[in-house]
Amino acid sequence: MKIAVLVKQVPGSESVLPINEGQSWINEDPVTFVMNPPDNFALEEALLIKERKGEGEVVVVSMGPNRVQKVIREGLAKGGDRGIHIEEDEPIETDPLLIAKRFAAVLKDENFDLVLTGLQSDDTGMGQTGVLLGEILGMPTATLAIETDIQGESIRLKRELESGWFQWVQFPLPASVSIQSGLNTPRYPSLKGIMGAKKKEIKTVLGSELDASSRSQSIDKVFVSQTSKQTEVIDGDVDVAVQRIAEILRSEIKVV
Amino acid sequence: MNILVVLEDNQGSLHRLSREAVAGAQKLGGSVTALAIGKNAGSLASELSSYELEEILTVEHDLLSSYSADGYSEVVTQVIQSKSPKTIVVGHTYQTRDFMPRVSAKLDIPFIPDIISLSDEGFVKQVLNAKLNASVSSESDQMILSFQSAAFNDEEMITGSSTITTFDVELDVSSVRSTSEEPFQEAAGDVDLENAELLVSVGRGIEKEENVHLAFDLAEVIGAEVSASRPVVDSGWVDSFRQVGSSGHNVAPKLYFSLGVSGAIQHVVGMKGSKNIIAINKDPEAPIFELSDYAIVGDVLEIVPKLIEALKN
Ligand SMILES: Cc1cc2nc3c(=O)[nH]c(=O)nc-3n(C[C@H](O)[C@H](O)[C@H](O)COP(=O)(O)OP(=O)(O)OC[C@H]3O[C@@H](n4cnc5c(N)ncnc54)[C@H](O)[C@@H]3O)c2cc1C
Repeated sequence: MKIAVLVKQVPGSESVLPINEGQSWINEDPVTFVMNPPDNFALEEALLIKERKGEGEVVVVSMGPNRVQKVIREGLAKGGDRGIHIEEDEPIETDPLLIAKRFAAVLKDENFDLVLTGLQSDDTGMGQTGVLLGEILGMPTATLAIETDIQGESIRLKRELESGWFQWVQFPLPASVSIQSGLNTPRYPSLKGIMGAKKKEIKTVLGSELDASSRSQSIDKVFVSQTSKQTEVIDGDVDVAVQRIAEILRSEIKVV
Repeated sequence: MNILVVLEDNQGSLHRLSREAVAGAQKLGGSVTALAIGKNAGSLASELSSYELEEILTVEHDLLSSYSADGYSEVVTQVIQSKSPKTIVVGHTYQTRDFMPRVSAKLDIPFIPDIISLSDEGFVKQVLNAKLNASVSSESDQMILSFQSAAFNDEEMITGSSTITTFDVELDVSSVRSTSEEPFQEAAGDVDLENAELLVSVGRGIEKEENVHLAFDLAEVIGAEVSASRPVVDSGWVDSFRQVGSSGHNVAPKLYFSLGVSGAIQHVVGMKGSKNIIAINKDPEAPIFELSDYAIVGDVLEIVPKLIEALKN
């Protein structure tokens, strides 16, 4: 069982996000980066599938500048067997099709049985990479999987539908599946894992040499959204705020 | 035809986001054709028969009796190849996330998803955990767009007339590789969130499982139920039947009192109909404040215990 997990490095949810001078994206210098939280669930699922089978290989794949090697190492420390880094200095993360083509160029000769991705990235939130990749590689695909079950040459998945509905689907391997967050409890790396990860192989390939297609979409501008509603802002002293909220609940909304 | 809207079947009737997608497509301008797929295609099409559409195409086939990513992406691909629309529009739903990227890759047409509004610069979507908005554009001749809930108002659909036409597709058994079982719902909890009059909603800003009782204590004092954002449910701090949002419940209480909820779009779609919204968040720029009537900038862990005391007196 050979499994590829795609992990992305994104700004952490507590990080500062200053808009850059050209307003084209954020200034990344002061940003703290983390593994995209949804991808952490995909990684855990890959490790669990391998452990349940008792055999196999989990390859942690990431795309981006040099700093993304950190999330690959983190994946290796948790139990990934080796890593692939697609080096990409130009920010192309706003273009899902181009990203998928470059991932596909690297993955196609590896003959993976399963490609796992998180449901979307916390930065651009395009939510397409796993499905695009599946189509390019000729694999069946599914999204929002909340349970996986390998049955011989096929995979059976519980998918989340809207409004609390679920559905089981099954299709043959090889396949590309995007994982819904929350289906498992991602592990922390052990000290032994962290030490061991240093010796594991990370292969680096240059993104621009993989696929020369031109960019098909881009983010042109980022901005803070404008408030539309009349809002009473209450800040400052806690006791004053508490009194005001109590008054709102009693006299304005009349719930107490 | 300039614009193709792909409709979604929501248990026999048209998905609300498909109606909004039609409204959005009409706003974009040009002639709009709609496409209904599957065993209910005829009735979905007739739901739109009194609106201004160039044509409504229906596709039925034995292999399309239930949804599959393979089947639907193949149908939409064949329709695009035959009709060459400039723009393909869908609602941003779980189903379109599941199959539209396949169409994008098959035909090499970029897919700009999750659009919340149109601006002069392009299509606006939320980025960086909803902390910022971004405008996205494409120079490509054709593109696929998905509109997030409430990006457009279905009451603004332009009425008029249209004709319903069957479209023939070629599908063989080998093109649909998956088998799917009947959809089902898991056992619901004992709380009727959707009919609760007052909700105290707890987000990741509560920081730790040990602090979650604060939400329950506050709820008790004001006679509310407790709801939660998804990460709080995913962490196992609160039962899943309490989740509000696109993958949880849709609520519209008299009071929605949120504690440390950021206001990501997937949460907001489930609660924006609330009559009064009070939010406590330590980040003055939190998106939840945009739709709040009362925006309390501060630490929930500090404010809530004091508020409970104040309300008890
Ligand atoms: C397909 C899909 C479906 C989804 N479905 C849902 C859904 O149904 N429901 C849902 O809720 N989400 C859903 N999400 C997730 C959603 O995108 C957000 O990640 C989620 O809503 C964020 O939850 P949160 O606001 O609790 O956490 P965060 O975004 O982490 O926000 C925490 C907030 O708390 C504030 N804070 C931190 N500490 C304090 C403190 N001490 N005092 C006061 N404020 C504090 C922070 O400033 C921040 O604004 C879905 C996502 C996807 C992609």
